[in-house]
Amino acid sequence: MIRTLFASASALVLATAASAQVVGFSQIGSESGWRAAETTVTNQEAEARGIQLQFSDAQQKQENQIAAVRSFIAQGVDAILLAPVVATGWDAVLEEAKEAEIPVVLLDRMVDSDPSLYLTAVGSDLVHEGEVAGQWLVDHVADQPCRVVELQGTTGSSPAIDRKTGFENAIKGHDNIEIVRSQTGNFTRAEGKTVMESFLQAENGGADICALYAHNDDMAVGAIQAIKEAGLKPGEDILVVSIDAVPDIFQAMAAGEANATVELTPNMAGPAFDALKAYWDNGTEPPKFIQTESKLYTQADDPQAEYDRRKDLGY
Amino acid sequence: MTALLRRIAPQLLTLLAVLVLVTVFFPGFLSVGFSGDRLVGSPIDVLKRGAPVALLAIGMTLVIATRGIDLSVGAVMAICGAVAAAAVDRGWGLGAAIPLALGAGLLCGLWNGFLVAVLRIQPIVATLILMVAGRGIAQLVTAGQILTFSDEGFAFLGSGTFLGLPVPAWAWILAGIVAGLVVRRTALGLLIESVGVNLRASRLAGVDSTVLLVTVYMISGLCAAVAGLIVTGDIRGADANNAGLWLELDAILAVAIGGTSLLGGRFSILASLIGAMIIQSINTGILLAGFPPEFNLVIKAVLVLMILMLQSPRLSDAARGLATRRRRTDEGAAAPRAVKEAPR
Repeated sequence: MIRTLFASASALVLATAASAQVVGFSQIGSESGWRAAETTVTNQEAEARGIQLQFSDAQQKQENQIAAVRSFIAQGVDAILLAPVVATGWDAVLEEAKEAEIPVVLLDRMVDSDPSLYLTAVGSDLVHEGEVAGQWLVDHVADQPCRVVELQGTTGSSPAIDRKTGFENAIKGHDNIEIVRSQTGNFTRAEGKTVMESFLQAENGGADICALYAHNDDMAVGAIQAIKEAGLKPGEDILVVSIDAVPDIFQAMAAGEANATVELTPNMAGPAFDALKAYWDNGTEPPKFIQTESKLYTQADDPQAEYDRRKDLGY
Repeated sequence: MTALLRRIAPQLLTLLAVLVLVTVFFPGFLSVGFSGDRLVGSPIDVLKRGAPVALLAIGMTLVIATRGIDLSVGAVMAICGAVAAAAVDRGWGLGAAIPLALGAGLLCGLWNGFLVAVLRIQPIVATLILMVAGRGIAQLVTAGQILTFSDEGFAFLGSGTFLGLPVPAWAWILAGIVAGLVVRRTALGLLIESVGVNLRASRLAGVDSTVLLVTVYMISGLCAAVAGLIVTGDIRGADANNAGLWLELDAILAVAIGGTSLLGGRFSILASLIGAMIIQSINTGILLAGFPPEFNLVIKAVLVLMILMLQSPRLSDAARGLATRRRRTDEGAAAPRAVKEAPR
């Protein structure tokens, strides 16, 4: 008994001696496949850098996140990663972290607090994602006339609003491209399919539709089934472009049924750790917002390999 | 027959009105054509897309007739879809997946029935438990992911065609006929109504209300299981978070539009099914009409409000009262003249 105690105590001392940086990570929860992948990738990135990650799952509750951040402060971690579930109500706990001189990095979502209260925020620009998707279509159809149907995300949600704006920005000035129908598919496969069926019905059995723009891949996957059941070829008769880059859309791209997707990378932690390292080493203050790359993937990017690479990330 | 027609007349008229309204906004709504050997067109879409709510409405009608309510059906759909997808995913085949899913639905119904009939927990609370927990159970089965499969037989359940009509449409039509015959050709329907009207009196009269209540919740679970199989087959994947989400509310609405009182007693499965088709016609019509999505829910709410107002007993009484009063005033106006004329 005493020997085990000694052993574990010395192991502890050794671990501390190796001076692994300890980072606390307060994750929102695991409400979507993307978030599960973000957790997986964050663990991988931490491991690759020899950082010891303290993980806390808040199960969609802000009070759990605040409690987690307080406990990280009490433990005296070297930095805190926070994926805030809501934008407001963070001032007090962020000030506590600041007083304890623990840098806080926001992941994926923003807060309404003063920027001086956190080191930096890593995230994707949702408008830019829509622009990348729209630009792909503009380049692909060139001067051909193109009637586009749009599957929006949940009405009023910021990804739906921003991804719509971005796409519209990109096709502005290209009068050959026109959004003829736009409805919400609530980010789900089932509604993506149902709404696409009604689009096909309303647009002459789909003959008048040139392209589909879906605010996320899941809706696109549902819509692809609807297009197939209507006797058309998705990817050829109707172009399919969407956003997120989840594994299933790569499967569809490998089968030639989807044309392009814009990645919302689950690797928010990589840039965050890089910024933290620079800060720890020589106190470099990173910019207040680090934008992740919104990479475009098409059928030319070996979709099968991308699928194999992503399928085990927990999506 | 005439009694049945009189019972469902308000629902048929409402359905007709909704169809006319949608056709005004989308002229091609009622056209049906052949594509190969299958029928295509918006009415066929309504029959197909309305299947989950129609199936749920069958079970819900019976539950509501006993003065109960089943809030868990949406979650049960998610559980059964997840169970079937997991079975197919493991290569057990459709022969195992369907019985397992139906069994899961029956089990969920048994649980609800046990809470309501044996432990005497109020139905809305008893089924709320599974409504909340059920989605978690489904997530456990799918490990939190959308569990996809490529079994053509299973996909056929959701998106296949049989004799020109989509399989989901056949499913609810057949289930409706079977349920209708069973409750009306036997005494079962009468017993359900008696339990709904007065539980204690029925028990004193020798009705085994415990078995009856458990059976009714199990039928509801079974209907939810079939609906779960359909939505899962349709998208070739079990989406534990979204399968059947909020459909329990649409099913209750279908029963209400069908004119069955939430206080139990007399019920009509046929009227509930027409109610489900009314709801689906509104949903499909909104999508076809091409309004911005911000309006979807408001339009639906206004239409439902109008339908329920037309069916409100107060309003129809008032309308009838107004008509009689006018007749009486007409008579009253005529009478004095007669009096005046009498002396001559």
